[in-house]
Amino acid sequence: MSEFIQQLINGLALGSILALIALGYTMVYGILRFINFAHGDIFMLGAFAGFYLAPKVATVLPTPSIGSGLAVMGISMAICAGLGIVIERLAYRPLRSRPKLTVLITAIGVSLFLEYTGQFVFGAAPKKFPEIIPVYPIMKLGGLSVTSNQIIVLAVTLILLLALRFIVLKTKIGMAMRALAFNPEAAALMGINTDVVISFTFGLGSALAAAAGILFAVNYPAIDPLMGILPGLKAFVAAVLGGIGNLPGAALGGVIIGVTETLVAGYISSTYRDAIAFGILILILLIKPSGLLGKKEIEKV
Amino acid sequence: MNIRHAKTFLLGAIALSFLVSLGANHINSYWLFIAYDIGINIILAVSLNLINGYTGQFSLGHAGFMAVGAYTAAVITNQFGEMNTFASGAVFLSALFAGGLLAAVAGLLVGIPTLRLRGDYLAIVTLGFGEIIRVIFQNMEKVGGARGLSVIHDWTNFFWAFGFAAVTVYVVTSLVHSTYGRGFIAVRDDEVAASAMGINPTKYKVTAFVIGAFFAGIAGGLYAHSKQFITPGGFNFMQSIAIVVMVILGGMGNTIGVIIAAVLLTLLPEFLRPVAEYRMIIYSLLLIILMLTRPQGLFSLRKSPAK
Repeated sequence: MSEFIQQLINGLALGSILALIALGYTMVYGILRFINFAHGDIFMLGAFAGFYLAPKVATVLPTPSIGSGLAVMGISMAICAGLGIVIERLAYRPLRSRPKLTVLITAIGVSLFLEYTGQFVFGAAPKKFPEIIPVYPIMKLGGLSVTSNQIIVLAVTLILLLALRFIVLKTKIGMAMRALAFNPEAAALMGINTDVVISFTFGLGSALAAAAGILFAVNYPAIDPLMGILPGLKAFVAAVLGGIGNLPGAALGGVIIGVTETLVAGYISSTYRDAIAFGILILILLIKPSGLLGKKEIEKV
Repeated sequence: MNIRHAKTFLLGAIALSFLVSLGANHINSYWLFIAYDIGINIILAVSLNLINGYTGQFSLGHAGFMAVGAYTAAVITNQFGEMNTFASGAVFLSALFAGGLLAAVAGLLVGIPTLRLRGDYLAIVTLGFGEIIRVIFQNMEKVGGARGLSVIHDWTNFFWAFGFAAVTVYVVTSLVHSTYGRGFIAVRDDEVAASAMGINPTKYKVTAFVIGAFFAGIAGGLYAHSKQFITPGGFNFMQSIAIVVMVILGGMGNTIGVIIAAVLLTLLPEFLRPVAEYRMIIYSLLLIILMLTRPQGLFSLRKSPAK
């Protein structure tokens, strides 16, 4: 039993990281109806931003401490938000009225570009992520071990989710985002500056991905330029599972994927763990293509 | 490609590749292996073009089907020892066909449930299936698992590689130019309108998928008997992307362009050896710039499609 709870906690930690990435996918899809393939690589860049920031922060703040952890995370979120906005501006905006396939191929191109430029700039070998937050075991009960890192992952995810909920539901720009997702033409006619809202959405999603990258690196401290591919794809599956375009759905989907994957790896076979997410994707698309919390869309001619 | 000359082209190309294969001893073996790669990549790109270009179904799992063909053919030929040219030819041909057929079955299994999906969903699901196929091979200890499988025979030669490339080009071209094949293009251009005209989009999509997978399987068999060593990692997502880039560079739905792109992109890495680490950066930039400026592909005379 304690092993099961242990796996569940590990799964929850992984799931919250996937949930943070999934939110970016789902927000962009909700507004632009396209899969930002490069989102997983923003996650990777977030981790690398943290890797290079940590020594600089250590000269100002005592490291490892909560303060230094927050500083590293905050700055790398800001950097990635900027990057996300730049990518949208340069690669996606010129294609906004083109067929979806063109945009999808461009997104794949951007993703490959970030990965291989990353490999060239950062080096292909995995790097050890520095300790930015002190680690100590919180609980040690009969084989059950929970580290402070896992608690931090859950707490930070929860705070970010609440912040996102506040932005989307209570602020003016959040209202504009929802309007755009509902009907872009009508929103533009009502005087909403769609370009600004789309840039903001990309920035917000990329910041969340960067936060996920830091949390991931804190928990699994080997980072490399291709680390974003699989979490990115799994987070996309999470977004589809929850109902793409639906924010609570993305969070729920992330947690479900994370927990399932950890349980399968723990109890059945760890070699199949990377196939789990895709298996779930195929099942959900066959049974309920609109996702767990999604609305069914009817295609009109 | 002009359809009336297709049969002449097919016979001519096969005869030519046979003649060249007779003189293959005089060719530098380094260039010979690159030539095999060109033939194999033409098969892969032209067959993917049937799915991505003519039928408009964006598939990112072509390497998975290639893996099925490669492993099937390799496991079959590994059962045989040395034998004379005719016997080995017969065994190789049947092994390649077995690989192609099994890949086609995989294509059918993947296609039936997923081809009801559209656009980006389909891309992700095919990507997922490609990865699942790879993970399955990785867990199959009988074929070496992640360590890979040695292939005993080096039966791939100029004749097989380019003979099958010619067959692929012939089949795909005559298919899309036939009365039946117009349906593929109709499905691509407007699925709703096509189904209103009595075309069953799902049937066409699955057909394209199965035929594409069949030739990818053949290409996988040829690849296995050229490299003589295959690993599941060799058929990953990146390999699928490499084929997709050929199709996009050549222009989706433009067989000649895709063939030129396959040749160029196989040769390009050889000339880029001194700057090998930039290769993928160049590829990805090429992809982005192409989509921004010439989404119809480099070697296409068509105007970019109207919005």
